[in-house]
Amino acid sequence: MTIQDIAKERILILDGAMGTMIQRHKLEEEDFRGEVFKDHPSPLKGNNDLLSITRPDIIKDIHRQYFEAGADIVETNTFSGTWIAQADYGLESAVYDINYQSAKIAREVADEMTAKEPNKPRFVVGTMGPTNRTASISPDVNDPGYRAITFDQLVSAYKDQALALIEGGCDLLMVETIFDTLNAKAGLFAIEEAFEEKGVEMPVMVSGTITDASGRTLSGQTSEAFLISVSHLPLFSIGLNCALGSKDMQPYVDVLAKKADFMVSAHPNAGLPNEFGQYDETPEDMAEQLREFLDAGMLNVLGGCCGTTPDHIKAMAELAKDFKPRVVHG
Amino acid sequence: MSLHPDYSGVYKYKWDNVPPMKLSGLEPLVVTPDMNFINVGERTNVTGSRKFLRLIKEEQFEEALQIARDQVEGGAQIIDVNMDEGMLDGVEAMTTFLNLIASEPEIARVPVMIDSSKWEIIEAGLKCVQGKGVVNSISLKGGEEEFIAQAKRIKRYGAATIVMAFDEVGQADTYERRVEIVKRSYDILVGPKVNFKPEDIIFDLNVFPVATGMEEHRKNAIDFIQATRWVRENLPGAHVSGGISNVSFSFRGNNVVREAMHSAFLYHAIREGMDMGIVNPTMLEVYDDIPKDLLEHVEDVLLDRRDDATERLLEFAETVKGTAKEKKKDDKWRQGSVEERLSHALVKGIVEFIDGDTEEAYQKYQSPLKVIEGPLMDGMNIVGDLFGSGKMFLPQVVKSARVMKKAVAYLTPYLEAEKASGSTQGKILLATVKGDVHDIGKNIVGVVLACNNFEIIDMGVMVPTDKILEKAKEVNADIIGLSGLITPSLDEMVDVATQMEKQGLKTPLLIGGATTSKIHTAVKIDPVYSGPAIHVLDASKSVPVAQELLSKDRREGYSAKVKDDYAVMRENHANRKRDKNYIPYEQAKANKFQIDWDQANIVKPKKLGTQVFAGYSLEEIRQYIDWTPFFSTWMLKGKYPKIFENETIGAEAKKLFDDANAMLDEIIESDLLRANAIVGLYPANTVGDEVMEVYDENGEVLKSFPSLRQQGQKGKNIPNIALCDFLAPKETGKQDYLGFFAVTAGLGIEPMLEMYEKDHDDYNGIMLKALADRLAEAFAELMHERVRKEFWGYASDEQFSNEELIKEVYKGIRPAPGYPACPDHTDKPLIWDLLEVEKHTGISLTTSNAMYPAASVSGFYFGNPESKYFGLGKVAKDQVERYAELKGKSAEEMQKWLQANLA
Repeated sequence: MTIQDIAKERILILDGAMGTMIQRHKLEEEDFRGEVFKDHPSPLKGNNDLLSITRPDIIKDIHRQYFEAGADIVETNTFSGTWIAQADYGLESAVYDINYQSAKIAREVADEMTAKEPNKPRFVVGTMGPTNRTASISPDVNDPGYRAITFDQLVSAYKDQALALIEGGCDLLMVETIFDTLNAKAGLFAIEEAFEEKGVEMPVMVSGTITDASGRTLSGQTSEAFLISVSHLPLFSIGLNCALGSKDMQPYVDVLAKKADFMVSAHPNAGLPNEFGQYDETPEDMAEQLREFLDAGMLNVLGGCCGTTPDHIKAMAELAKDFKPRVVHG
Repeated sequence: MSLHPDYSGVYKYKWDNVPPMKLSGLEPLVVTPDMNFINVGERTNVTGSRKFLRLIKEEQFEEALQIARDQVEGGAQIIDVNMDEGMLDGVEAMTTFLNLIASEPEIARVPVMIDSSKWEIIEAGLKCVQGKGVVNSISLKGGEEEFIAQAKRIKRYGAATIVMAFDEVGQADTYERRVEIVKRSYDILVGPKVNFKPEDIIFDLNVFPVATGMEEHRKNAIDFIQATRWVRENLPGAHVSGGISNVSFSFRGNNVVREAMHSAFLYHAIREGMDMGIVNPTMLEVYDDIPKDLLEHVEDVLLDRRDDATERLLEFAETVKGTAKEKKKDDKWRQGSVEERLSHALVKGIVEFIDGDTEEAYQKYQSPLKVIEGPLMDGMNIVGDLFGSGKMFLPQVVKSARVMKKAVAYLTPYLEAEKASGSTQGKILLATVKGDVHDIGKNIVGVVLACNNFEIIDMGVMVPTDKILEKAKEVNADIIGLSGLITPSLDEMVDVATQMEKQGLKTPLLIGGATTSKIHTAVKIDPVYSGPAIHVLDASKSVPVAQELLSKDRREGYSAKVKDDYAVMRENHANRKRDKNYIPYEQAKANKFQIDWDQANIVKPKKLGTQVFAGYSLEEIRQYIDWTPFFSTWMLKGKYPKIFENETIGAEAKKLFDDANAMLDEIIESDLLRANAIVGLYPANTVGDEVMEVYDENGEVLKSFPSLRQQGQKGKNIPNIALCDFLAPKETGKQDYLGFFAVTAGLGIEPMLEMYEKDHDDYNGIMLKALADRLAEAFAELMHERVRKEFWGYASDEQFSNEELIKEVYKGIRPAPGYPACPDHTDKPLIWDLLEVEKHTGISLTTSNAMYPAASVSGFYFGNPESKYFGLGKVAKDQVERYAELKGKSAEEMQKWLQANLA
């Protein structure tokens, strides 16, 4: 059964936060370095993507926990897996390994779970984050025409990432946490080039980020303008993630649900961060709020972003069981 | 009837199974069938606009952006950008301009049409737009292979495209060729090789000129129109577009005929299904307004209805040439009834006949009150409505108010005889608070409120709290409005509110002026006063607020709602405060702005000490005026001189500008204002990264200026700046220099203001103050230039235009106390002491350290080329305590002065 077939029958469950789970392990510099990077000249602590290489045991365990909680799809540990984001650590050269290994270990856990429960196949989505630069916003207020990154550089970075994720064994790709739609368009451009080069086609998910109550992306687009700007590919799904908790995200997901010809996804944060930067919405609270999404028939794919844990995903999976997925027109 | 023989009636969209074309900028543009016509702005095109080309060549991007902004404001739903010019690097120009557009939300909200005949420029453009734009254009001109490759690329970038009716043989110029080429193009695009969405295809069917005298051009328009119908009937989802102005090319110089041709052409093409077009809205007549005879001649040509159509139109054109430009002085309105005349005079702001008309009305109504409450108020209500709906602008409203005041003044003796006074919506007391001398904004608020039938009691400037309260009780004011521009005024307003509370008043309090804010009102004023205390952003907002506050039914609810809103804001503010990160003052000092003093080339001023300039030439100062803020004083938004081209406010801005210059002429000719200045240049060094010491020739300290430092948590490699970072530290052993200045252009303003006041002429009163302010700023700019070139002389060879001066491209800065880099007004008394400013220039300081005359500027000069303007932002308690110590003041006092900057 393909993922498209399953999606027609029920709401798919995506996993929750990776960073939140990694934090629980209180890892130190040497965990991040491992053997491979022990001589790297600059500090590597905080470079979570690297753990797929240096502590695959931890990452695999997190994937396993999410699958056990009820996730159909887990996201690879590759949020910062472009040379643009890795440049902060001087690790541009590690980009292929990060993505390939991340995809490979997620694949292994998915296969292991599918073997256990053949009637519930598990999937891996290769995650492509926003990078730490924006193609349509100047970082210098005094020079609005300046750009710290070009479209071509983004395409090259995303293409390297996409190729490695495909080779590592992903089932889907996802451009996510989109602050700047031009970055995402470069990501989609790169994905199409990668598909062409590899002679493959995979479902592609797109997930934007509405930053605050203005209802716009960081680069200023409304959710409908964002949808239109990325609709040139036959996407598997379009949705929103990060920045907002479920309650605040609902009106913007609603716009997508009303306007999109694709499946709709949401993976909100566990509420808004408290004064200590922690997310404290409980699984029960979050599920209660998400019930409104499902009552309204807005969703095809549901998951969690910052602050969510396997307990949150479990609550979501149990909630979603009782609802039909949104019907996709067009 | 259709103009196409094969079809009948007006075209109706028939492809309901094809989705609409969806485009986007920051906002969506969904082209649904009922949208009728999408108007593409055409002025950001170097091939079509010489002016835009010049601006791009000279890299005057601000002004180039204004053109784009005006188009969007003027109703363009898409903007076309074209950089095809031999002397331009098209790829770079396209990239730069589109990147700049991306940071202007007012422009970027609409989709962009990337217009070029060169593929590399199109592709460069596609790499800059986050939304879904339109490519203009591709065609079969270079063969199928290239056409397919380009279409696939466009699809991958996520854009719609215009396809020209052009193939390997040439441009389609007949109906048949158009049909042949578009059919072939369409089939390739929607076919398996490209899979382009049909709704994203727009055909440009080539608008060619008619009435050229050449037989083969006779059918140019009708062929286009018929081909339009064919496309819409036969190619599912495809759109039709074209550049309209081409059709009238033969009538260049005769805008009457051209405008009529454009309208008639569009009228017919849209009826046949054209749904997008590049149109200059100023070159368009309303179809129904085209005189019947002209329309007939024009349509004969467009629709090829007679063999002699061209000759007939050419002949007819001679008779209508230029009538559009002729304007007779219109005095027909003088023939209306007295009520109509009064209303007209009020709406148009004409004072010429007001006394006579008012007398006539008095004779008719036999009661001054009835004249005021009848025809005069009727007229003012129209003015209020027009202003409220954005159809009149502030300068016009102020002129209307002048007419009203004159009429009322004329009636006053009759009123006094009757011992009656008019009934108004309510009494509003206005005052600029103690220590503050700025009142332009307050006066505008007064005028706008008066237009809406509120009685205004204006107490003027520097009014102490007790006087305000005394007067409020005396006249039984319904509302009290407080205004202020400088920071200490914030405290004065809190004081007024506190006193009102003590005395048990509940009168609504309105708060306005440049440093005031909703958040300050909510956090500092509202909690000390149990009556309503409401922040009003500008004059136009004052009317609805005053009306709510004085409405018997709504007053309670409205006040309660504002109180609730403010309580929420206070709470949020209190929460947010905890989130902000400030670093310890010592740490901020360690992260100072770095200048390599070993390499620094410090120039010793040619003239140390002070220089005084009394009675400086106003004519010379005038050349340095930056007009843009002048327009914003009058609530007209836009950059000078681009503002004159703005479709909505351009004409009004030009009138205002002409009036301003006439007044300037008079001021200069009759010596009505006097401009004085003092500048002083001294040896100086920074000590301990926090104090700027100013020395005499023997190295003795004359004055110390402690400097405030940014204290927010900064990102990597971003310094915490203080002004003293731009001055060499003492320990470098390098002698550096610091300058000071104070200039005014407002000396002698009082008699003229009194005269206008007596004449009930707010328009000229506000104008005079606004001009004096502009002259003072211009004077500061001029003196700064002379300091750089002559007195200090570190930039003796600089050559800048006035625009460049306004943009501050020169080296060195002149920050002013009370402004973002050094918000502390208590620097002013130190400068006054050091230079003996008052003695030499006549500028004095109020208790709040505001300068009088208000049209004055003072500040520091920094000469280091790396010095730059910055905003201090908030400072934490540790720095305030240290700073107070350095200033020799108590921490409490310092906190008062710096309250707007306290973390």
